[in-house]
Amino acid sequence: MTVELILFFLLAAVALGGAINLIVQTHPIHSALSLIVVMVALAGIYLLLGAELLAMVQIIVYAGAIMVLFVFTIMLLNAGKEERTAISRAATYVGVPCGVLLTAVLAWRMVLSEAGASASGAETQGMSRELSGMLFTSYVFPFELTSILILVAILGAVVLAKREM
Amino acid sequence: MSDFVASYAGLLIALVKVIVVMLVLLTVVAYLSWFERKVVAHIQSRWGPERVGPHGLIQPLADGAKFLFKEDPTPAGVDPFVYVFAPFLALSLAMTTIAVMPLGPGTLKIFGQTTSFSVAESNLSLLVVFAISALSVYGVALGGWASNNKYSLLGGLRSSAQMLSYELSLTMSVVGIVLVTNTLSLREIVEAQRGTVLGFLPRWFVFPQIVGFVCFFISAVAETNRSPFDLAEGEQELVGGFHTEYASFKFAMFFMAEYAAMVTVSFMVSVLFFGGYLSPFPDSPAFHWTFYLPAALALIGGALLVPHGLRYHTAFGRVLLPVMGVALVGVGIVCAQRGVLGVIQGPFWLAAKVFVVLFIYVWLRSTFPRIRYDQLMDFGWKFLLPVSLANVLVTSLVVALRMQR
Repeated sequence: MTVELILFFLLAAVALGGAINLIVQTHPIHSALSLIVVMVALAGIYLLLGAELLAMVQIIVYAGAIMVLFVFTIMLLNAGKEERTAISRAATYVGVPCGVLLTAVLAWRMVLSEAGASASGAETQGMSRELSGMLFTSYVFPFELTSILILVAILGAVVLAKREM
Repeated sequence: MSDFVASYAGLLIALVKVIVVMLVLLTVVAYLSWFERKVVAHIQSRWGPERVGPHGLIQPLADGAKFLFKEDPTPAGVDPFVYVFAPFLALSLAMTTIAVMPLGPGTLKIFGQTTSFSVAESNLSLLVVFAISALSVYGVALGGWASNNKYSLLGGLRSSAQMLSYELSLTMSVVGIVLVTNTLSLREIVEAQRGTVLGFLPRWFVFPQIVGFVCFFISAVAETNRSPFDLAEGEQELVGGFHTEYASFKFAMFFMAEYAAMVTVSFMVSVLFFGGYLSPFPDSPAFHWTFYLPAALALIGGALLVPHGLRYHTAFGRVLLPVMGVALVGVGIVCAQRGVLGVIQGPFWLAAKVFVVLFIYVWLRSTFPRIRYDQLMDFGWKFLLPVSLANVLVTSLVVALRMQR
């Protein structure tokens, strides 16, 4: 058993545990913290795959910026404990089987598929350079389109907030 | 088998490096509090710590012992897990960043093994630093939230909003350097600053990137929640801010985290803008004597400390200070060996630059009054961010024009 494999199982266990904890916890802050744990564990798995840039972006954008906003909002609203209601009958009889089925299909496909994708972290610097080169040459149109979309979203948020004031 | 031994030795060396850097960092953090109190006191015409040991030198140890033995009450209604977890998170994140800093040029030979002159080498070390600093918001924010106290919550909210806002300009102000050097590795950024301009001026990025430097430094002070941006603990309005409900060692951990973050940011400033481990003197025969500067400074400092210590007004000081002086002379003699001198050049210059930046930090604290919260937000969003964005635009224009030629 190599170190990479042990690390992978460790990180996978942390990610799964965090994901389960996210649902089980009743307080929003605890759920948000579990989500951060999941994201950091995923970043660790990206690192194991040699995708250093992706791992760092995952931490900066998701675990850092987005989750800080989540936590900030929860703190600002002073959200209390979540109230649990009994699960509806439709959820028990349709939702649960559907969930089990989906998991089974995904697991089946994954087991069948070839165990590939073992990029080594040999040239991470070159990888980030290549990635940015591609973003600004072959994929520049979708890239710029996404930035305009984000800009529109920001402007919309500002307009909505201004109306409240 | 030999393969296994080699990997084992690599692990061992990594462990040794971690322990050495950790011990040095903890000592620096402890004595930074003494240094800050001393400097602020002298700026305000006071003496500062003076009673515990000569010149108050034992004060950090006494503080540490006091923190350890204080009662550690847990207020009613706190969130038990988050309340304990927050200081741990703050301290461990603040101390992690130092791992990717390049501490010296090239590689190091320990026990016949070559290893890089830093705890961990990464091609994306700049991004690693920003990733860790992005996470360090949580320590303060969660500590404030978990305390079940309105003042703490307000302090935590304030500081998380502040850190979020200034992180933008902090990151933007570095983009200029990344554009010029075309790399995200801190070591390569330092190496790009090797050499001189006009024969005497070091090729530091502080000169071409002066706007970026000013933005970076201001945002860094705000990012570490230091005065004049320490609104998270504005005593007049918020008692102690996010750490109001923390006592004993948990408070000490927040305290140490703040100082460790200061050290880290000083490292960043020296690495990004002041040539990191490179000597500020040109590499010419006329300046060859600067090679012996580390040893000479230790020798002279030690030699001056002995007579000063012998005349100190307490008996303990008359013993401790001369002993320290002799030890310093010993360090100087060890450093004067040619092999050692070559190895410590990098760490010496880096430490000197970090020390200067830390001094400026303390100087700022004793000079400027705390600014108001809305001023803080206006300054971050309406001044620093546009200026750093303009810096990015101008720098990329210059880089593009240079590529055209």
